[in-house]
Amino acid sequence: MGERVLMKGNEALAEAAILAGCKHFFGYPITPQTEVAAYMAKRLPKIGGTYLQAESEVAAINMVQGAAACGIRAMTSSSSPGISLKTEGISYMAGADVPAVIINVQRGGPGLGGIQPSQADYWQATKAMGHGDFHVLVFAPSTVQEMVDLVNLAFEKADEYRMPAVILSDGMLGQMMEPVEIKAAEPKTFDKPWATCGHGGKRAHNIVNSLYLQANELERLVKERFERYEKIKATEQRAEEYMMDDADIAIVAYGATSRVVKAAVKEARAMGIKVGCIRPITLWPFPTEAIEKAAKSVNQFLVCEMSMGQMVDDVKLAVNGAVPVEFYGRTGGMIPEPAEILAQIVELNKKGGAK
Amino acid sequence: MKDFNMVIAGFGGQGVLFLGKVIAYAGLMDGKEVSWLPSYGPEMRGGTANCSVCISDEPIGSPLVVTPNVLVAMNKPSLDKFINSVAPGGIVLLDSTLINDKVCRDDVKVFYLPATATAEENNMKGLSNIILLGKLFEQTNFCSKESLEKGIAKSVPAKKQHLVATNLKAVEIGASL
Amino acid sequence: MAVVFDRPKALLDVPTHYCPGCTHGIIHRLVAEVMDELGIEDRTVGVVPVGCSVLAYNYFGCDVIEAPHGRAPAIATGAKRALPDNVVFTYQGDGDLIAIGTAETVHAATRGENITIIFVNNAIYGMTGGQMAPTSLPNQVTQTTPYGRDVNYSGHPIRVCEMLSTLDGVALAQRVTVDTIPHIREAKKAIKKAFQNQIDKKGFSIVEVLSTCPTNWGLTPTEALKWLNDNMIPHYPLGVYKDVNTREEAK
Repeated sequence: MGERVLMKGNEALAEAAILAGCKHFFGYPITPQTEVAAYMAKRLPKIGGTYLQAESEVAAINMVQGAAACGIRAMTSSSSPGISLKTEGISYMAGADVPAVIINVQRGGPGLGGIQPSQADYWQATKAMGHGDFHVLVFAPSTVQEMVDLVNLAFEKADEYRMPAVILSDGMLGQMMEPVEIKAAEPKTFDKPWATCGHGGKRAHNIVNSLYLQANELERLVKERFERYEKIKATEQRAEEYMMDDADIAIVAYGATSRVVKAAVKEARAMGIKVGCIRPITLWPFPTEAIEKAAKSVNQFLVCEMSMGQMVDDVKLAVNGAVPVEFYGRTGGMIPEPAEILAQIVELNKKGGAK
Repeated sequence: MKDFNMVIAGFGGQGVLFLGKVIAYAGLMDGKEVSWLPSYGPEMRGGTANCSVCISDEPIGSPLVVTPNVLVAMNKPSLDKFINSVAPGGIVLLDSTLINDKVCRDDVKVFYLPATATAEENNMKGLSNIILLGKLFEQTNFCSKESLEKGIAKSVPAKKQHLVATNLKAVEIGASL
Repeated sequence: MAVVFDRPKALLDVPTHYCPGCTHGIIHRLVAEVMDELGIEDRTVGVVPVGCSVLAYNYFGCDVIEAPHGRAPAIATGAKRALPDNVVFTYQGDGDLIAIGTAETVHAATRGENITIIFVNNAIYGMTGGQMAPTSLPNQVTQTTPYGRDVNYSGHPIRVCEMLSTLDGVALAQRVTVDTIPHIREAKKAIKKAFQNQIDKKGFSIVEVLSTCPTNWGLTPTEALKWLNDNMIPHYPLGVYKDVNTREEAK
């Protein structure tokens, strides 16, 4: 094992992106993600890369698209209001099958909202990252170490499936320091015969494009893309199960919230309550298999989020009415305390299961 | 104390975040799980800063410390803001050079330390945070001596390593207060 | 028999969708001829806009990226930064470049982004059917200024070359047109210079080409050329607004 060092989530993520072969970063300052940009500004020019502060979030995502269309690993990062501006470019990238990584260090919304940690962009990330019929890969780290590990995976999977990938982080994970080990490994790379890097007189010209004026042609392409999505759903679901073996109650939580939930689960276990936690690591594809499996053995689900309840929709779809699904959330930048979650667990335990 | 959940608070520029980092790094050097979470945003520009530090044998759940068992308060607004959140039986260290008030609670152990004055007397301007660290270490042994020294060395930037010795001296002075 | 006139290699042998009399065809040809003459097609990445020339990716022989509306300079920035030894150009209309894409245009220019921009100004939105453009002339009748563009109500047209020439990052800002043979020759020289500047790493070069839209102006192609001459050129004088090459020579 290498040395564990203390690093801020945002900085660790930036370093991991560089190690994953991302040498081009385009961004715009916004709290609480600015450390990503600052770190890139310090490091990238020294290793022959580009850090460019764009005139807007809109320009930044299009710069990413320009570099990525040329077959180069590129990234941008922002926080909730800035991500809304980037959704235009993300839709175009999805429509042109251009891979890139987008970081969302979430803060409270809607509007200017606040700057404290939030998970209120789940719907946006998993269901509507721009106009049109498409998905992006969404990874949800819960520790600084996972910020590092998932960035590398995001670049790899984005290239493999030729689609944008999002790291859905939040202000807490971005700002906190935790021990982290950053391993320098050769990143897995992919041939990109579709890239617009100059045809060199060796092939017909490549076109990176999302416009199809013939409706049947557009439908065919979108359907092809959705076949790819089905394959991703079948092979790329990731979730962690924590104390789920004999659990009667399953709590589903991701990211920062899952840390609080785990602390509460541990306390509840000490009180003799059989409760566990399922932590989605991929939010798209949503780990329906883990939820379906649990739905066969637990009496009830509790979904905890730092939002008014967004992921709970996907949990309910996966549970499909088999057992009750309850929700507990805080929003606007409020981080739930373990005691709050514990109170919910105790309450659910009293109600018992319907099974 | 087995788990340490600390809040360190004061003015920007007093080394509040740095002190938190030293503590977290010292815990890490002891092989513990640790976390450090700063306050951030426009109020930081306005002058007050604080951070949460956790040290535990178990993975850290929420790094946001709501009920600290250690509070280091380096100015009055910070003491006022956090004193009522300290867990009963907790420890409070405050810089009595800058805070004239006495703490009204009798269920916490309070140390009144003239950290700023002591730093100035010893020609250690800017190290009142490390003087408080010395007392915290002496009172709680939140890490081993060796890890504390390593934590300081790891937290001081590479270009300023010559200041490590002064920092260690400040720890000694703080412990002796 | 000697070939005296042929299709440029960098212009693919496919029919274009442009309306009869539209000058996009001429401008495409000039860009392609320049690519041929400089021998750069194989390492060129074109960025095409949203607007009438959205389908230009089918016409140019080089690799092409189709940009979101107004974002071509940002896309080009990303491409050029990733591939600094390639040649990157954008081909944009007036709505794309100086309405929805104003920020991208101005900031690429002020950064001195080492790219080439071909800006086709025909004073109207062609693709959507003839609405007011940021460069529509005062009193010009369009679908969305049916009583003529009232500058007190809809604002004034923007003179792009004049505006950009104030920015330090700009290497070349020149306005040309393609209504006559001499003007076409001049336009080609300007376009070639704009590409050569990029090869010589001189920075941001923009060539504004005054163009016609017979369909949406409601004129025949020849009437349209006359209208361009009588109305557009007086408002948008042809000429070099900034050229770092002549400044260097002057030193």
